[in-house]
Amino acid sequence: MSAAPDVLQLARPPAKTASQNLLLETFKNLLRNRSAIAGLIIIGFLVFIAVFAPQVATHNPIQSMIGQPGEVGKLPGKAPCLIALGCFEAQHIMGLDLNARDLFTRVIYGTRTSLSVGLASISIAIFFGTLLGLVSGYAGGWVDNLLMRLLDVVLAFPSLLLAITIVTIRGPGLENALAAIAIVSIPVYARLIRASVLSVKEMEYVLAVRSVGAGTLRILFIHIFPNTWTPIIVQGTLGIGTAVLDAAALSFLGLGAQPPTPEWGQMLSEARNYLFTSPHLVLFPGIAIMITVLGFNLLGDGLRDALDPRLHRS
Amino acid sequence: MLNFILRRLIASLPVLIGILAVTFALGHLIPGDPCRALLGEKATDATCNAFIERYGLNKPLPQQFVTYMGNFVQGDLGNSIRFGRPVLTLLVERLPVTIELAICALIFAVLVGIPLGILSAYRHNSAIDVGTMVIANVGVSMPVFWLGLMLAFLFSVLLKDTIFVLPPSGRLSPGVDYPAFYQVWHLATDEQSASGLLIFLSRFNFLNSLLTANGAQFVDTVRHMILPALAVGTIPLSIIARITRSSVLEVLGQDYVRTARAKGLRELTVVLSHAVRNALLPVVTIIGLNFGGLISGAVLTETIFGLSGIGKMLFDGITARDYSLVQGVTLVTAVAFLVINLGVDLIYGFLDPRIRVS
Repeated sequence: MSAAPDVLQLARPPAKTASQNLLLETFKNLLRNRSAIAGLIIIGFLVFIAVFAPQVATHNPIQSMIGQPGEVGKLPGKAPCLIALGCFEAQHIMGLDLNARDLFTRVIYGTRTSLSVGLASISIAIFFGTLLGLVSGYAGGWVDNLLMRLLDVVLAFPSLLLAITIVTIRGPGLENALAAIAIVSIPVYARLIRASVLSVKEMEYVLAVRSVGAGTLRILFIHIFPNTWTPIIVQGTLGIGTAVLDAAALSFLGLGAQPPTPEWGQMLSEARNYLFTSPHLVLFPGIAIMITVLGFNLLGDGLRDALDPRLHRS
Repeated sequence: MLNFILRRLIASLPVLIGILAVTFALGHLIPGDPCRALLGEKATDATCNAFIERYGLNKPLPQQFVTYMGNFVQGDLGNSIRFGRPVLTLLVERLPVTIELAICALIFAVLVGIPLGILSAYRHNSAIDVGTMVIANVGVSMPVFWLGLMLAFLFSVLLKDTIFVLPPSGRLSPGVDYPAFYQVWHLATDEQSASGLLIFLSRFNFLNSLLTANGAQFVDTVRHMILPALAVGTIPLSIIARITRSSVLEVLGQDYVRTARAKGLRELTVVLSHAVRNALLPVVTIIGLNFGGLISGAVLTETIFGLSGIGKMLFDGITARDYSLVQGVTLVTAVAFLVINLGVDLIYGFLDPRIRVS
């Protein structure tokens, strides 16, 4: 009889207290990491801009300035106009684009598009990747073999190229671009989760949970899953950066966001033939992409260091 | 070793079939009637019937897939509507441009990335280390096409009146015609009489300039290649520098490095012959994995620099909704990716006997 309480004791997943400690420890480690702090500041700033875009922006992102009060001279592609630069006309911090729209406003609104595409595509990829990884790792045998070989095939393609093909075939547009980026990202997450599941499912507490009669779904989602997500956090953060880059590339090729949606890649695509006459149209959206991707990369690297037990708990 | 190579070859066969299955399936995802989608305006009932017959589109799916594989093995990737020619011919014509660009970008990435990585590991936490890592972080965060545009602007507009001025587009200066090596060697008089292989080889400008000992063409090619290679090579460079750094850092802390130092070897010998040699193994893998990035980079930069490689062709294909072309380019690139990774695996096995045995 004395064995029963022991089993129950073991069956109680260590997840709760351990993960709370881990969370606290991770956060502390994160705040000690310079690159993580830089990443957090950049992302916080971008999220603020995306949420408060209407307040931050100075104009309407799709409205032409032609015929507006205070606008003089040739408007399309007009260079940045600032009092500090000795320009006393209507103030356009980043100048006007080829349709005489305020570039600063469009870059600000572009933050919304890029952040939502990055977040949405990676969330979809993580959702399906996690599902596949859990099933594959827990089931083992031929299910595992089949799923992993299928994912190997997706990984055999250069990811951007596969995304390009998918969007070309399904038709251009932000939704299809988002879906394509999600599809090509799934294998990475599935593999990570599978690897974690393989090690976690052999642990004693899982055996104990099974011995007290828990069902497969319960074991998988309540007991195994909470102990497998840490590598996903790191990969997901880095993945958002890559997704933002890929989305910009697809839009640059005319496959992603369609005009007049303010999207950085699409803005670069419109401006690229006017590089020599209006370089500011190329400069600002590119810097915006770079800062965004840099933010996620820095945070991802910082998280990896913060979560790496070899670096802190040895 | 032969056993190892055979095992790897057999292991990659299912992936090859998988790649074919994916491109085959993608072809069936084209919305609407595949014939009209692929042939565009030229699709009359008669041509559509012939098309359906040729590609067996009225047969059951498994049979269609077998036909598709058969066509692939025979080099039939369909016809491009945009160019009105077989996709394979187009690929063969344009591959040299892309391969040349990818190789130059890779050489730049390796020649700069590895020394930077070694240096920043050796001078851990110094200004060089921090500087390299900042550059590497920024390097992987830049969209390759944007970097290309910025480089073009910097080197052909801002530095226009200096010695650093570089041409913003093209492979060679306009209006200059350099003789192909088969003409110089009297193998053929012109392109019509030369064989496909000779034409293919002569399209590699570097190779052609070397084979004809043409200094002017070599310099011209270098001048035109610098900007695209810098743009495409920056991301691999950043990745290589980071991997080299962490790998060398790990090796430098190991006992045998200390032993080498204790033996009184020169520091340069310790670092280069003992530490770096072992640290470069993961770098080889990363270089192989970066091939995908190089191809994607080429696709996005060729249009900017006016290079007519497969990237530019893919761009034109996308604009014209040329499904066969896009599918063909993807298929061939994936197969090339597979072959290169196989090659990397073999090199890896060659460098590290433990992998061969296991």
